[in-house]
Order: sequence, then C-alpha cells, then structure tokens
Amino acid sequence: MTAAAPIVRISDDALALACGADAVAAAFAAQGCTVHRVSSRGMHWLEPLAEIDGQGFGPLGPDDVSAVLAGTSPKAVGPVAAHPFLARQQRLIFARAGITRPLDLDDYAATGGWAGLEQARALGPAATLAAVTASGLRGRGGAGFPAGIKWQTVADAPGATKYIVCNADEGDSGTFADRMVMEGDPFLLLEGMAIAAQAVGAGQGYIYVRSEYPHAIRKLRAAVELAAPRLAPFAVEVRVGAGAYVCGEETSLLNSLEGKRGEVRAKPPLPALAGLFGRPTVVNNVLTLASVPWILAHGAEAYQAIGFGRSRGTMPIQLAGNIRHGGLFEVGFGITLGELVHDIGGGTASGRPVKAVQVGGPLGAYHPPADFHLPFDYESFAAADGLIGHAGLVVFDDSADMRAQARFAMAFCAAESCGKCTPCRIGSTRGVELLDRLGAADRQPRAPDAVEALPQMRNAAKAPRGSAAEIALLEDLCETMKFGSLCALGGFTPYPVLSALKHWPEEFGA
Amino acid sequence: MAEILARHAGREGALLPILHDVQAALGHVPEAAIRAIAQALNLSRAEVHGVVSFYHDFRTDPDPRPVLKLCRAEACQARGSEALAAGLGDPAGVRVETVYCLGLCSVGPNAMIGEVVHARLDAGRLAALVETLA
Repeated sequence: MTAAAPIVRISDDALALACGADAVAAAFAAQGCTVHRVSSRGMHWLEPLAEIDGQGFGPLGPDDVSAVLAGTSPKAVGPVAAHPFLARQQRLIFARAGITRPLDLDDYAATGGWAGLEQARALGPAATLAAVTASGLRGRGGAGFPAGIKWQTVADAPGATKYIVCNADEGDSGTFADRMVMEGDPFLLLEGMAIAAQAVGAGQGYIYVRSEYPHAIRKLRAAVELAAPRLAPFAVEVRVGAGAYVCGEETSLLNSLEGKRGEVRAKPPLPALAGLFGRPTVVNNVLTLASVPWILAHGAEAYQAIGFGRSRGTMPIQLAGNIRHGGLFEVGFGITLGELVHDIGGGTASGRPVKAVQVGGPLGAYHPPADFHLPFDYESFAAADGLIGHAGLVVFDDSADMRAQARFAMAFCAAESCGKCTPCRIGSTRGVELLDRLGAADRQPRAPDAVEALPQMRNAAKAPRGSAAEIALLEDLCETMKFGSLCALGGFTPYPVLSALKHWPEEFGA
Repeated sequence: MAEILARHAGREGALLPILHDVQAALGHVPEAAIRAIAQALNLSRAEVHGVVSFYHDFRTDPDPRPVLKLCRAEACQARGSEALAAGLGDPAGVRVETVYCLGLCSVGPNAMIGEVVHARLDAGRLAALVETLA
C-alpha cells in the first residue's frame, strides 16, 4: 500500500448512508483511494466516519476528503480502536463492528466466524443445550427469559417439524442494535440460528424483519444466499413485516408469518410447544441468537463470568435521542444509568440539562436523574418500576413536556393495538382522552357524562371530577391495562404514563 | 397478478409476501387482487381483506403521490421531530406519512423516501427533500 492510495474504510449501514456516507466514499474513490465498505463502529455522532490505517476522521462531508488525505483535517479523531467510547466497551456480539465487510465470507471466517457452529456440531445437541443453559443467556428482546430453557422445551417437544424464528421486528424507538447486527454482521445471526437449529432439531428458520429496514432485508437475503452451503441442511428465509409494531410480540409475529392478521395469541400454549403452524418453535430476538456463537466458541463459563446479578453476559446498549455521543455501547450488565448518559453519552446534544431518560422503548418508563444510580440489569430496573427492554436509552432535555410524552404513549398504543383485547384497544383511547383533559388550559371540574350518570353505574363518581379525581381515574385505567392486557403492548404502556406521572406530577396538574 | 401468485405457489404462509409484491407492482391492493388472492390461497375474501386492512403498509385505494415517511417516535421527538412535522404541514403533491422508528435514533430527526434514508434533518433540509418530490 502506498501513501498515495490508502485503503479507506467507511460504513455502509443505513445510519452511515443516511448521514451521507456514499458521497464521502465516492469522493475518496475519486482521489484514487481504495474504499472498503465495512460495518459501523457504532460511534454515530462521528458518522460518516472514515478510517485510514486505524486513524479516524469524522463526521465527514465530501468537501473534507482532500484535507483528510493531505493530513490537515480538523476532523481527525485519532486512533479509532483506542477511542474512549470503544475502549470502555466489551464487545462480544459487536466484535466485528467497523472491522469486517458485512457480506465478505473471508472476512467473517478470518475473524473467528463459524467457530461456534463447528463447536456445536462437534458437541452435539445435548451438550450445546447444556452450554447455552449454563451460560445464563437470557432473551434480549425484553422479557429476559432464559434462552437455554426455551431451547430445551423445544428440543423435548414431540414432533418431527420444528422451527427457528428470529424476531427482527425491532420497532422500539431508541433501539437499533438488531439493525446493526443484520446490516453489519449478518453471518453472525445466521450462525446463531444454525446453532439453535442443530440444538433443537429444526430444519427451517425464518427471520421476520420489519419493512422499515430495507437495507437490513437486502443484506440478510444476500447473506442467506452466500452462507446457504455452510448452514445446510438448515434453511433460512427472510420474511418482511408490514408496518405493524405489535408484530414484535412473539405470538403476533407467528400469526403474521402464517399470513394472518398480526393479532396476539393467548398463552398457553407456549410457542415452544405450539408455535409457527402449530409446531414447536424457538422464537428469539436477533441479539439473543447473535450471542450464541461466542458462547459456543469460548465456553459457557467465560460468558457466565461477565455480568451482574442474574443478568449474565453483555448487553448492547443503544444511546439515542437528545444525546451528544449517541451510538452503540456493548458492555457487561451492571453499568449505571448515570455513567451511560453522562460519562459515555456526554449529556444532551442540545447542551441543556437532562430531564428524563426513557429506557426500554415506547413501553419503558421515564427515569429522572434521581434514578441515575440504577445498575443496568433486568432486576434493578424492575425494582424501580421500569424495565430495560431491548436496552434503548432515549434522552430528553429540560424542554420535554412529560404530559405530552405520556399522551404519546397512549396514542401510540391506540394506533398500534392489534385489537384483540379490550384493555389495550379501548383503554389506550380512553387514556388519550384523559390526558387531553388534564392538559386543557382552561380546565374546569368535569360533570359526569351520560353513561357515568346512569343509575346502574354505582361505582362512577357523581360529583364533578377535579384534577385529583381525573388522575385517580388515569391510575385506575393503567392498573386495568397492566393486569388485563394479553401482551406487553397494552400491559406495558402504563410504564411510561405512570412513571411520568410519578416523577413530574406538577405537569399533570396534580 | 397470475405471475405473482405463481411465484409464491406452495409456499407456507404466503399471504404477506404476495401482498408485498402486489403493493410493489400496483402501488395498492385493489379489490380484484383480493379476489384473486383469496381464490388462489383458498381463503375467503374477508380473510384477505382483514389482513390487508390490519397492516399499515397496505392500502386499497390508489395514491400516485410520492411518499415521504417522517419518523415521529420518541427518539426523534427528543431531537425536535414534532416541530419539524408541524412546520411541514401537508405539502401539495407529496404524501407525508408518519413512521414510528427507522432505527437511526441517535442522529434524528429522520425520514425515508423509497428506500433512501435521511438523517439530521432540520426545517431547511426537510423542505429541500420535499421539493425534490413535489
């Protein structure tokens, strides 16, 4: 390699493209450089990021290219691998991020690819299941269910036809780790699925990707074709969603895969016993499956050694919203929320004080800075009336209107409800109405409506409702939704609503 | 229509892939297509219609206007998407749709036109995008 024509590495994932990476790549190519389109490092505030001999430059526009090549660019960020944002991470799932070309089989094999699958094939199903169980791996989709137990259930279920379904319907705002795996390291996901298939005896796998991810769909389809000989006899097909958030719920996803309305199914029966087309089915999130090759290649004990409490291994945490250094931060469980927002994320992008952090997507609670001591793991957040979900953090500055955010949570639930159960379908609309009333500027106590005034409505208040009574009604509604809904959409929508109410009651007129 | 149906013959759970292909080819899923699909998959028209109407991606009426999908989920809200949406309004000749999350949550506000994604939008850049469509 000569100094005149260096190899320039630029990401080709959707985020880099959205920030203008193609134009930057073309500008380098026009100067005679060889451009390698790799996966993203996950340092999103620096995208488009170019890497030349390990030195980083970003965020670049096409006009910056000449200065970069002349060595005079003010956008130099120094050695990328030693950048504090990366140096503090422990990357197992994202070990190849920014290093390999996503669809290059040689790059994949040269960086330890397929070692997990080979190990699983050498061990056989029983020992593979034992390794996944012993690792303590829990489902990364949000519920945190032990992956080994799910796989064992499917393996033990009677029947010759079994399925592996990868839930890649990453609809939560503030999350993009699944997308980064699919676009940046698709073979890793396929390897994880093949290990699962080998362990439970499945012949067919499906990846259900949301239609909002066209780049991920293209990369996955190309990867499936390239890797098919490696995966055989296991076959994988990529299926595309159709814009329904609720299809991220596993039973709704299965209905959608079967070609039905994406309505939630009652459980039991568990999908592990009667899932896709009524057959035993493993349904796992992208990150769960992508964690498996490392566990097989390095051993369950090594994985088990990382983490906090009952949450073992690493979690790719996604720093999003109004944050200065947004991106992907994979680390063992146990790091505190405050470290993530301030030390790593650098506070808000707007420079204003942090007001709230929503953790876990649209169904996650809003946490005030007073919660910043919380260690990042499933149990600690549950104890603080929250959840880590898919580990997305959305930061809001002090201009956020928390009543409006609570209203949005209800409105989102109303828009995306599958309609199967009443608390979610109707409760969400009643919630929007209640929060609108609480936000009205010239609010007067509300007289009972026609239904509330009926004699048989014995429990309905007959006196005009002031703010306190309306808030009590909202809390009551949330209680009904939380315990009466079939799935997490209606069941968890109360989290953002009640947390906003609890921490910022003055914004609700309390 | 026959070509699309033939392409998916014998596939398990073929309805969504078929509907995606029809929508891509025609821009919407007309009543005639629903009849043909129901016939081919041995479903009732009501079942097919139920699926078409369930998913946000499918529409039964034609709309030739180009589409701009603006993300208005929480992460983009935290970066100012609501003010952008209010300022954009309903521009002539363009269908502005709301999308909940494009997975670019650290660099919002974001939008998608076709399969091309755009990040770090402000009012000026968004107006320029709309201009390219109208």
